[in-house]
Amino acid sequence: MIAHAEDLPRSRHPLIRFILRWVLTTNHKEIGTLYLCLSFTLFLIAGAMAMIFRLELAQPGMQFVTADFYNQLITVHGLVMVFGAVMPAFVGLANWMIPLMIGAPDMALPRLNNFSFWILPFAFFMLLSSLFMEGGAPNFGWTLYAPLSTTYGPPSTDFLIFGIHLMGISSVLGAINIIVTIFNLRAPGMTLMKMPLFVWTWLITAFLLIMVMPVLAGAVTMMLTDRHFGTSFFEASGGGDPLLFQHVFWFFGHPEVYIMILPGFGIASQIIPTFARKKLFGYDSMVYATVSIAVLSFIVWGHHMFATGMPVEVELFFMYATMLIAVPTGVKVFNWVATMWRGSMTFETPMLFALGFVVMFTIGGLSGLMLAIVPADFQYHDTFFVVAHLHYVLYPGAIFATMGAVYYWLPKWTGNMYSERLGRIHFWTAVLGLNVTFFPMHFVGLAGMPRRVVDYSLPFSDLNLVSSIGAGILGLTQILFLYIVVKTVRGGEKATDQVWESAEGLEWTVPSPAPHHTFETPPHVE
Amino acid sequence: MSDSPTGQRKQTVLLLLLAVGMFGFAFALVPLYNLFCEVTGLNGKTSARAVASAPASQSVGREVTIEFLAHVGRGMPWEFRPTQGRMRIRLGEINETTFYVRNFASQAVTGQAVPSVTPGRAARYLHKIECFCFTQQTLDPGEEMEMPVKFYMADDLPAEVSTLTLSYTLFPVPDSQTTGLEDEAHVAGVTPATHEGHADL
Repeated sequence: MIAHAEDLPRSRHPLIRFILRWVLTTNHKEIGTLYLCLSFTLFLIAGAMAMIFRLELAQPGMQFVTADFYNQLITVHGLVMVFGAVMPAFVGLANWMIPLMIGAPDMALPRLNNFSFWILPFAFFMLLSSLFMEGGAPNFGWTLYAPLSTTYGPPSTDFLIFGIHLMGISSVLGAINIIVTIFNLRAPGMTLMKMPLFVWTWLITAFLLIMVMPVLAGAVTMMLTDRHFGTSFFEASGGGDPLLFQHVFWFFGHPEVYIMILPGFGIASQIIPTFARKKLFGYDSMVYATVSIAVLSFIVWGHHMFATGMPVEVELFFMYATMLIAVPTGVKVFNWVATMWRGSMTFETPMLFALGFVVMFTIGGLSGLMLAIVPADFQYHDTFFVVAHLHYVLYPGAIFATMGAVYYWLPKWTGNMYSERLGRIHFWTAVLGLNVTFFPMHFVGLAGMPRRVVDYSLPFSDLNLVSSIGAGILGLTQILFLYIVVKTVRGGEKATDQVWESAEGLEWTVPSPAPHHTFETPPHVE
Repeated sequence: MSDSPTGQRKQTVLLLLLAVGMFGFAFALVPLYNLFCEVTGLNGKTSARAVASAPASQSVGREVTIEFLAHVGRGMPWEFRPTQGRMRIRLGEINETTFYVRNFASQAVTGQAVPSVTPGRAARYLHKIECFCFTQQTLDPGEEMEMPVKFYMADDLPAEVSTLTLSYTLFPVPDSQTTGLEDEAHVAGVTPATHEGHADL
């Protein structure tokens, strides 16, 4: 193996040794760190785009950007947040934690792991470089609807298409690695139903990734051939159907939503029992709920397309199927609450983020139920209400869960405790910023403010200003988070191996910081 | 659940095959979608083929209103409109109407009309005996034409449909592809049964 830094020739320059160490690493912890760093970098870049368009939206009228550049920003913001920030963050956590949690020495396919990470920087370089190209970046929204992306798409759309192909390859290979690791490298005695829930949710997420990322790759491939090779998959004049694109896209898109939330469910299920000092309530039902959410996610895509003129029977089917998802999701929320019931709760930063996750994700879930109601959806469709909904599920869902996970496991990774005081400040300012930003969007959306439009009419001014102020606060909290993490990496109060008083699981049996190689002889789980 | 390297390799290959299979599935969705729409009439697709002639049953049913719409696609230098906006028709009766086209470009242009019916569920009850949408039309500069549509509505049209809209969009056909829609559509991997999108409405 070329994996280990110590194997590199000593004669090389230290900088080259440093670069090669990270480029050639096959260590799951180092690759996990790389994923997390890339994810946070892209999170800041896509967040900076949000700062620009919130600045533009602070007042009605046109201030800073052109309508076309605004469309480019919202498109690239969405794509980078989904594929660059949220998904790699979860893969990074999976890389770091799954081997530690199941007692494996590393991922099952370490070189493949290295490959799936190192594709990503190039994929996002392609996507982001389109912002600087002649004709501008893709400007048709992250959903890439044809014919906007085929007949009317700017030339840079092709870079986006190849970027998505690369991201897809990376995700699929990463998912295969995770599944093979979980199936083969569990410590003796760790049966499937003894696995920590983070591992369970990731196992199911990995299957979703393998099932739907290729469908997205297929959809963008059809886009590509429609654009350049004379096919007419989505071109009505050639016998195709633009609506077909929406069907194929959302067949990918809805499971993708759960790809971005299931690992978050897993994280909350790790953190809450630790700080409630009780076993997770209803472990089995959590597993079954996760599986049913994943299965149901394949038959609800039509709820993104209620306004396309579907027959009423089809609308009814998708409406009921969508509402059915509230049942397993409700099971999860009730299980978390029941776990806390009469627990000896303390509120360290990871717990705060987990609680924020449960409370605010539920708000997003409830607005999702509102959107699932067909007649109501005709009013909400394509308004800021949808923007509010999706940010309430994704920000508290994916981002809060990830940040909670970072605070929870950071002492294990670095051997140092983070500053509890700063962590709490971070949490409360993030809660403030998040709600001030996204809550008013419900109201402007219900009042009819359309999304994806650079300007708006005067009555929406005040609430948009509030949203923009909130976005500024939210943006600043990211800098605070970066500061806290860097400070912890550089030093701080030493963490014990156990770190948290009542934390359970194999990851707490290894020293803090976790050494380069762990579980070279498998532990035994009784 | 084996931890032998061969077991791992087998699982890896199986999972890779699953991914490749799902990539293929995305393309399989295209004919599946078209088949589904043809069978159910979802999306207002009408049949791309002419029916033999008269309605099967001789009974003449209730009256419904049918409205006609005509659009031109992007880059189509034609005027295109129905000669009458709406008709009261009886189910099971053969009706005829025409659409007017004029080419105001300075060269000959070939067009292909793509039909769509709203509400979508009524599409499968609309039977066309003759339609300009079955073939391509070529008009010389300044040439004008009235193009006929001969059709009947099946008498088992659901009772709740009392008004339906038949809409056509005329798209330009590039010179290289004027051989016929069907061949081109097969190259694209889609059936020629078509439906117009919202782009040009």
